[in-house]
Amino acid sequence: MPKINPNHATARRRKAVDKLMTSLIVVATVLAIVPLVLIIADVASKGIPVISLSFLTSLPGWSAAGVPTGGIANALFGSFIMIVIAFLISVPIGVGAGIFFSEWPESRLSTISSFTNDVLAGFPSIVIGIFVYIVIVLSTGTFSALAGAVALSIIMIPIIARSTEESLKIVPVTLREASMALGVSRWRTVLKVVISTGRSGLATGILLAVARALGETAPLLLTVQGSNLFPTSLFQPTAALPLLIFNYGMSGDPTLEAQAWGAAFILIIVMLALNLSTRFLLGRRLGEVRAEI
Amino acid sequence: MPKVPKGDLTLKAAAATAAILIIGLLGSLAVELFLGSTPSINKFGLSLILGKTWDPLDNVYLYGAPPFVYGTILTSAIALLIGLPISLGVAIFLTEKLKGKKTIAYVLGTVIELLAVVPSVIYGLWGLFILGPFLRDYVEAPLHRYLGFIPIFRGTPLGSDFFTAGVILAIMIIPTISAVSRDILNAVPNSQREAMYSLGGTDWEVIQKSVLPYARSGIFGATILGLGRAVGETMAVTMVIGNMPNITASLFSPGYTLSSVIANVFTEAPSALYRSALIELGLILFFVALIINLLARLLLWRMTRGSHFRI
Amino acid sequence: MGTTKIEIKDLKAGFGGLSVLNGISLQISEKSITAIMGPSGCGKTTLIRCLNRIHELTPRAWVKGEVVLDGANIYDPEADPVAIRRRIGMVFQKPNPFPTMSIYDNVVAGLRLNGVRDRKILDSVAERSLRMAFLWDEVKNDIKKSGAALSGGQQQRLCIARALAVEPEVILMDEPCSALDPVATAKIEESIMSLKQDYTIVIVTHNMQQAARVSDLTAFMYLGEIVEFGDTTSVFETPKSELTEKYLTGKFG
Repeated sequence: MPKINPNHATARRRKAVDKLMTSLIVVATVLAIVPLVLIIADVASKGIPVISLSFLTSLPGWSAAGVPTGGIANALFGSFIMIVIAFLISVPIGVGAGIFFSEWPESRLSTISSFTNDVLAGFPSIVIGIFVYIVIVLSTGTFSALAGAVALSIIMIPIIARSTEESLKIVPVTLREASMALGVSRWRTVLKVVISTGRSGLATGILLAVARALGETAPLLLTVQGSNLFPTSLFQPTAALPLLIFNYGMSGDPTLEAQAWGAAFILIIVMLALNLSTRFLLGRRLGEVRAEI
Repeated sequence: MPKVPKGDLTLKAAAATAAILIIGLLGSLAVELFLGSTPSINKFGLSLILGKTWDPLDNVYLYGAPPFVYGTILTSAIALLIGLPISLGVAIFLTEKLKGKKTIAYVLGTVIELLAVVPSVIYGLWGLFILGPFLRDYVEAPLHRYLGFIPIFRGTPLGSDFFTAGVILAIMIIPTISAVSRDILNAVPNSQREAMYSLGGTDWEVIQKSVLPYARSGIFGATILGLGRAVGETMAVTMVIGNMPNITASLFSPGYTLSSVIANVFTEAPSALYRSALIELGLILFFVALIINLLARLLLWRMTRGSHFRI
Repeated sequence: MGTTKIEIKDLKAGFGGLSVLNGISLQISEKSITAIMGPSGCGKTTLIRCLNRIHELTPRAWVKGEVVLDGANIYDPEADPVAIRRRIGMVFQKPNPFPTMSIYDNVVAGLRLNGVRDRKILDSVAERSLRMAFLWDEVKNDIKKSGAALSGGQQQRLCIARALAVEPEVILMDEPCSALDPVATAKIEESIMSLKQDYTIVIVTHNMQQAARVSDLTAFMYLGEIVEFGDTTSVFETPKSELTEKYLTGKFG
């Protein structure tokens, strides 16, 4: 039987290709990590010097010569208020839907809604901004924190619904069966047994949604517009942290630009803290990547 | 016949209401976008999609959709061109090269995923003040100087242009594509790798000829998911693309995308008609995102279902 | 017994802190079929996977000792695992054809790895290998189609053809029939026995009747050690060890 001899030149070439590809793969990984390191380093180095107590507690202001002074207090407050309202809107709806997907998966409504939920999750947030603009800003005649909060809640709901569904689905069927076999009604089983077992997953999902909403700018551009004052009502243009970063960053004024970095530092610290804490809570994948699939 | 406890019905009804609300949300989104664009569609018909229009009544030069669609496509293409190889490299490194070194894989994986945590506006800030100037001086200027005869390198590099926007987008989609690809690669059965090894394959040949082909529809799905992210990205792009409607081959000229024109101009739209035209752009974006999303889910669903051999 | 093709010298292997092989010494004769049998967990699969250096691909796996192929230790630090694996082929317990490739591409996959491009060579090797695996007649009109429609037995014969195509000197088989029905098993045993003329075959099996049917030499393993080794008839009819006898008479399994 004829033998096919291994060609030594071919063998060497294959080894060389193998080595080359291995180094390319390592290069790719380094290339992926470098931007993150740089961004955090740059935000820190440019942002920290700007931060002071007055920066965090005063309103934007200008000196007599027109030089910006003051701080970002209203933006911090505005973001906070909107997140709270968005939280109050999105958690009941998101958790409720998640419960429905997990406990009644066979229902037609469940499949359609779950699918819709996934579609909504991957949506460009600017489109959501347009929607809320039309529905709330136009009809109330003003930009408002309420509109902003609604826009944020539309972004948060799919994330919460998805992670609620996933966390509850992991709870073994046998647990539900055991509970109901003991005579506990279904609704009590779900609310007391299932949810409490899946609670860290639920909490994680909500935290991730909050983190995501904190960083969203595009929908806020179209719904709250920003302001230099403390909000006195929910129905007026309001400042928000990411919005401030955008406006100051594009302003062309070096003092404002510096303040943008400071605000960016605050924002990124909060987001890192929220996301990393969920990692430790559940060992779960960070943020939106999971929620989008 | 035992009665169903009232609590059960209440829970189901409440949960179902939430589910219905979600469908209603998507539905009303679509409806409002349609309604909002009808004035523009009625006035300009298809010409808005196809070209420029001049509206003498409002004394406003309305740009048709093409420059924005062009910008969205161009920046997404650059993003994929740069981001996909890097993402694949990361995914391959973490699954194939770090076998058994679980801690390093975990740490590196977390670091890469942190890229997804940085908000778009901070990417924009960094892109505007740091990456843009860097690319302008160290990448665009030399390319323009030595290869300027090639159309794509023709424009004078200013830093805020299609190219910078594409690079920023590439960075932003890396966590998406690499995370999904990692899952996909991990799902390739070891027996496939062993089969190729036992025929005498090198590490790379095993990856190239048995793992990647097996995983290809999943990786394609991951790519589409990344594309979806790139298409919808607004803030980072707005801050680094220069915001000028432009259809040109030159990568170094300023441009505009569907999402960034809406972000920039919407609240200052001089008339309801203008705004309606912008909403129509939003509608286009809505459809593009929808189609991309559906395509990605289809591909990923097929991969996880396993269209391959079963014994 | 003929010339020794592979000499296993005091081979120890395991995973992390777990030791699976406790010092195996064995001679595999050329152009014969050696069966390795024993109860579950005795280490027979690990042993065979050490022979073509597939064992070490698992994280935390380790190997000590020597495996000498034609006078050269395959575990020598200078040795190239890629070259070794080409000379020692393997068929796995569950058939694992490449799903994205056609039958033809599956069979010639190994040749292409080695840079063979000539269509005529590939075609002739493909046909020859499929014939040797007793699969040619069933698929000859469909070899460009995907192997997805093949039955389990056919897929396994495809894997055998694929392993044969690179012309290894040794073929290792890890319980190749355990996932298959008796009819498919019979076909594969038929092809294995015809391969003996040109190849050295080592087959792991937990089916002792199969070992008796097919092999020239049989080794009985228990708890990581070789308990008995000799020509098949002697081992089965006149086992030297009491343990072997207990196993053969079904006292444990």
